[in-house]
Formats: sequence, C-alpha cells, structure tokens
Amino acid sequence: MAMLSRVAEHLYWMARYLERAENTARLINVNGSLVLDLPKHARPSWSSLIAITGSDELFHRDYPGTAAEGHVVKFMLADDANPGSILSSIRSARENARTIRDIIPREAWEQINELYLNAKKNLASGLSPKWRYAFLKEVILSVQQIAGILDGGMSHDAGFEFMCIGRNLERADMTTRIIDVRCATLTAEQNEALKPFENILWMSVLKSLTAYQMYRRHMQAAVGRDAVLKFILKDAEFPRAFNFCLHEVRTCLSHLPRQERPLNALLPLLGQIEKAAPEELSQSALSHFIDELQIRLGAIHDAICATYFRAQDENKDIKYDK
Amino acid sequence: MSITWHDYPVNGFYDELIASDGTPREGAGSLLAHLDGLTETELQERKVAADAAILSMGITFTVYSEDEGSIDRAWPFDIIPRIITLREWRQIERGLKQRVQALNLFIDDIYHAQKIIKDGVFPGELLADSKNFRPECVGVNPPQGVWAHVCGSDLVRDKDGAVYVLEDNLRVPSGVSYMLENRQVMKRVLPELFEDYAIVPVDDYPSQLYHCLASLAPTKQRPNVVVLTPGIYNSAYFEHCYLAQQMGAELVEGGDLLVGDDDCVYMRTIEGLTPVDVIYRRIDDLFLDPEAFQPDSMLGVRGLLRAWKKGNVALANAPGAGVADDKVVYTYVPDIIRYYLGEDVILPNVPSYRCINPTERDFVLANLDKLVVKPANESGGYGMLIGPKATRRELKAFADLIRNDPRNYMAQPLLLLSTAPTLVDHQVEPRHLDLRPFILSGRETYVTNGGLTRVALKKGSTVVNSSQGGGSKDTWIIDWEGA
Repeated sequence: MAMLSRVAEHLYWMARYLERAENTARLINVNGSLVLDLPKHARPSWSSLIAITGSDELFHRDYPGTAAEGHVVKFMLADDANPGSILSSIRSARENARTIRDIIPREAWEQINELYLNAKKNLASGLSPKWRYAFLKEVILSVQQIAGILDGGMSHDAGFEFMCIGRNLERADMTTRIIDVRCATLTAEQNEALKPFENILWMSVLKSLTAYQMYRRHMQAAVGRDAVLKFILKDAEFPRAFNFCLHEVRTCLSHLPRQERPLNALLPLLGQIEKAAPEELSQSALSHFIDELQIRLGAIHDAICATYFRAQDENKDIKYDK
Repeated sequence: MSITWHDYPVNGFYDELIASDGTPREGAGSLLAHLDGLTETELQERKVAADAAILSMGITFTVYSEDEGSIDRAWPFDIIPRIITLREWRQIERGLKQRVQALNLFIDDIYHAQKIIKDGVFPGELLADSKNFRPECVGVNPPQGVWAHVCGSDLVRDKDGAVYVLEDNLRVPSGVSYMLENRQVMKRVLPELFEDYAIVPVDDYPSQLYHCLASLAPTKQRPNVVVLTPGIYNSAYFEHCYLAQQMGAELVEGGDLLVGDDDCVYMRTIEGLTPVDVIYRRIDDLFLDPEAFQPDSMLGVRGLLRAWKKGNVALANAPGAGVADDKVVYTYVPDIIRYYLGEDVILPNVPSYRCINPTERDFVLANLDKLVVKPANESGGYGMLIGPKATRRELKAFADLIRNDPRNYMAQPLLLLSTAPTLVDHQVEPRHLDLRPFILSGRETYVTNGGLTRVALKKGSTVVNSSQGGGSKDTWIIDWEGA
C-alpha cells in the first residue's frame, strides 16, 4: 500500500532534526577546541557559530551585546527559543517520531525518547566548559546509534528513502554553511592576525564535518583552502561531502514514485557541482557560489514537499485502483 | 502454599470461581488447584513476569500530561483468569446476537419509516431530546442495512448469578485490543494451565473485524479499509494502532483524508490520492465532519458525511448509530427485541425505571437513596448518582435534576457485582468485575469468545475503568464438557 504523505513527512523531518542535532554538536565541539589552539589576539569570535546556523537575528534579539562563549553555547545547545538549538532539534525529532511509532522500529523510538530525556536532564553539564565535550559526544553517539538501529532494523522501503533524503539534504546544507562562514572569517584582508593560523582553521572545517582523517587518506595533500574546498564540495565518496549527499538523494529519489519534479530540481545542481572548480574562485565569487548552492538546496526541498507531502490538494492528480 | 481457598471471603457476593461453600465452581477446580500449588514467591514471580511482558509488548493506554506530552501507562493486568463455561457462553452469545440484530433494525427504522413509534411501542418524543439522534442521517441506507458494526456490550452478574446487560456501546467502543493482548500475556506467564484446559482462542478477532469491514464495500474486490484515529493524544491510540496493524489497514488521521469534487474519499499518499472504501472510524460523530457537524473540529474530514450519504464510502459505525446507546433507550431494548424479532429476550436488562414515566419517576424519587441514577448520554460513569453512597445534599440535588429533565434520567437498583479472586499486594482477594464482549455485524454476525473482563482493583469498588484504578483479566471460555 502506498505510504501516507503525513508519515513520509514525519520521517523526513525526524531524520533532518536528528542530523541537525548531531551537526550542531560537532560544530560546538570543534569550535571549542579551535579556540584553544589559537593565541588570544587571533581567536575568532564564537559568533561565527551563530552565523553558520543562520540565526544572527534571533541571537541578537535575546542576547544583545557581545557574543560571549557562554551565551553562544547556551543559545546553540539549550535555548528553547532557538528552533535550531540541539535541545529543540532533539525535541522536534522526538515529536515527529512519536506520531509514527508504528512505522519505525520500537528500539529506535525508545532511543530517540531516551536521547531527549537524557539531553534535558544533563543540560547543565553541557553548559559547563569542563563537561561540554562529554555531553556533546553523547549526543553525537546517540544520534549515530539511532541511525544504526534504523538502518539495521527497518525495511528499506519508501519511508526509509524519505529519512535518507532528509538526512542528506541536512548534511549538504550544513556543509555549505560551514564553508560560507569559515571562508568569510579567513579572508586575509579582514583578518590579518589569523593569516599564520589559516591551516588550523581549515583543519577545523574538516573536523566539523568529521572529514579530517578521510581527507588525509584520500587527498594526500597538506591542509589548505584549495584542496579542502575541493574535498568537501566535490568528493564522491566522503559521506558529508556536498556532492556525495546529493548523489545519495538522487539514488533515494530513483526508488520513489513521481520523482520527476524533485529530480528536475536536483540534476542541474549535480551537474553544476561536478563542473565547478571552487578552489579557483575568489572569496566573493565563492561566497556567491555557496549562496547559489543553498538556494538550489531549498528548491529541492520545496519540490519534495510539493510532490510528496502536500501536493495532492492542488494537483488533483487522482490515482485510481483497478 | 499461598492460597487457602476456604479462607477466601466470598462475603455474600457471587464469585466467578468459588461457590459460597468454598468449593470451586464448574471448570475452576484445576485452576485453583494449580494456583494452590504455587508458593507465594512463585506466584509473585509470575506476576512480575506478566508485568514485564506487558511492558515489553508495549501494551499501554495513554494519559495526557502537560509536562511530558502523552504518557503511556502500562495496562494493569491480573494473572488469575476469569472462567466461563462454553455452555453458558453459547447462551450469552445467542443473547448478544439477538440484541444487536434488534438494535440495528431499530436504528434503521428510526432513520426511515419509524414504524416502532407509529405502532406505539417506542415514544417518539424521546428522539426529539436525544443527543445522539442525527437528523442528518434520516433516509440514509448504509451497506447491509447495518448501522452498529462494532458493538461493545457491558455484562454484569448479580449476586444470584444471573447475567444482565448493563449497557450497549454503539458509538466507538474500545478495549478489544486488551482482550487480545491479555491472552498473549497469559500464554507466556502460565503456559502450563493451557494444557489442562480446552480454552477457546480469541485471536481471530482482527481478521473477523477486517472481514466485517470489507463486507461493507461489496462491489470492491480488495477494498481499501482504513482506521481513522483522533491521534496520539487519544487514550485508545494504542488500540487504534494495534487493530490497524493486525488488519493490515492504514492508520489515518483526519488530515490524511479528503473528499474530492466527485464526493469520493481519498487518502494523501506519496503516490498521489488513493481512494478509500471503508473507514473504521474511532472518532465521535460530532467531530467526524466539520461541514456537517461541529464546524471547529480539527479531527474530522470535510465532506465525509456527504460522501457517506452518497454511498461512496462506508463508515463503521455509521453516524447516528449512537441513538440506540442512550441509557433511556436502553430501557426499551426488551420491547425492541420483541417488536422486531418476535422472540423472547435471551439476555435480560438490569431492571430499570424510566423517569419520563410519572409512576416510575415517583418510585425513583421516593427510593433515591437505594438506586443508581444515570443520565441518558454520558459514558465512563460520569454524571451518575449512586444513591446508597450519596450525601443528603447530593440526593436533593439529583431529585431536582430529575424533576427538571425527567427524559434524561433512568434508575436501576444497585447491583452487587460478582467478584473473582485477584492478586493484590501478594494476597488473593475478591474484586468486583464486569465483562465487555464485542459483537461485529456486517454480512454476518460475530461475537468475541468471551471479551474484556475489567476488574476494580480497589477493595469494595465497582469502578472498572482503567483511568480510575481498574485493571483486567484474561477471560477463558472453556469447553468443559469436551475436556
């Protein structure tokens, strides 16, 4: 029987929110460690994390003045008002999972529920610099565990494809955001003091995407702007590389009915990323390029929503059984 | 030895397993002897195993709380089964079929020619004030002429041992999933007992339900049957999920369905709109269709009643079926059975007094402190007066209510509900219980083998609702003569 649109939508968002929680946890962890590696005069502001998640406006409304570490971490980790905070993301994942408990394996629901209850309970320790690492690692591992349960315990049916699409679109989105903000921080004319530490910053970009180790193995190159950009945007094998994520989405779509409209949004972007040479772009051209990628990701999301989640009222493309 | 049956206090009630002289009732001997052979520790181990099985099988009912959203509570279950002999059950089964058949004829008549009113057997003025009479349904012909496809009738046994029908639930009766799960738990926890007994299985209910629902779309080879739930905050959500899964039907919410310009019902799927033929709806009439009933309902489907009236979709139970689930209408059921079927009533009603009738009303008002008074259309025990337990002020207030709106009340003597041995805090004590069998009516009629036995876990209490400290027992229909 065909999958209900509502169920597909909940699966999609559940996966997106779980992925968002994990990515945000990595981001905070890596930033914490980066800051410690840099001399005081060259330390980038914690506010770059706010910029990466695109929540400047909300942050400055609730925390006017400077973006001190404590405020940024609280905002990104625990703030109820921030829909992108780790806690909000986990809560949203749980809300989505709850209404489809009969669809996902029982263990997966239990793990998501536990992740939420634990995160809520241990929030205070997550906010203290001493325990932050352990708290965030716990979040990351739990999300990985949930992904494992779903992969090994749920039929790889249409619903699974929707989770996979959600996860990969979220990943691709986070990859572009990280590049966008880091490149902006790194432009020499803006921050002379950081120049000597450029490689450390590029390393942190890789680490935010857990890409450092794979980068070393596959690129066999020193860590620098050109090779890093190429790797995280164009690599076809690393699971958080933009190109890889889009290929995953394409594979998922090929298993779904009525994939024409979302594919029409996806394929040009795939072509574009394969042809692109991001390393050759100037800072402003790169920034423009990344903006374009994000707009196109948004268009893919819209096409998926329109096709599978709520199209039917407008289209009236009624399918009759025999 | 943990249980000494001769010490078991029968206390003047009818006990389901033990006669007043302390000897086991027919069929209960092996069970009692077996329980007797378990040490207190062993008995407790089985109890713990049952609780663990219930948790791991995820048998829950939902209680909504602000803080944590909806909380799933484990279903309280007693490991000592309740036994009914097959011989007695066949008689009850015949009575239930007779009753539901007559009720369906009554509902159909009420929405058509109203012959029973014209013939003076049933007072037409009762309809005018009936909360569950739906004028929108007049003249509609549901498939097979059946309105109440799933009926849950509550049976009680009085101190004389006679079984009475306490009420009929014809709207969206729940509990059948717990009947099914109780048997699963029992087989895990006390498997050896099943060797001593020929216990009639209960687990074909989901396929019977599917069969019944599918028969409502007779022109379709493989009709698309869905279960319509109000959603996860409903206390019976577990059951909605469970039945949908067991039947292989899709569990849908109002937002998943829509009625097209062609007045047909569709569900929104990733493949587009898919036609729906039969809806087993677990939403009350008034929330079913904001176009026809409550305009602010978020649970229903706009245009559903229109689609149903045109015969494009079957609804089970049909809207308006609740007209016969009114507690004042209940008092007429024996007359209804005689009128439509010309048969003697097999299963009696609890003797009831209709406050709408002046002589009976005077009797009720004069004996208020000895009677139970029920409003016509409340369920779950709300708005009732239990005379012997009421204060003088409550009695006075109720007398005024009855005088102001006699049609809305009926009264019954306080029944001394039967008991059964129940494990409470390591002790076996008698607890009051009832029985809710489920009757399916489609092309054929089917009665569950037994039903859901609900037991009031509080000492002396007769309130069996799960939300108010009630639990349940497995119900065994045993083929005693065959064994």
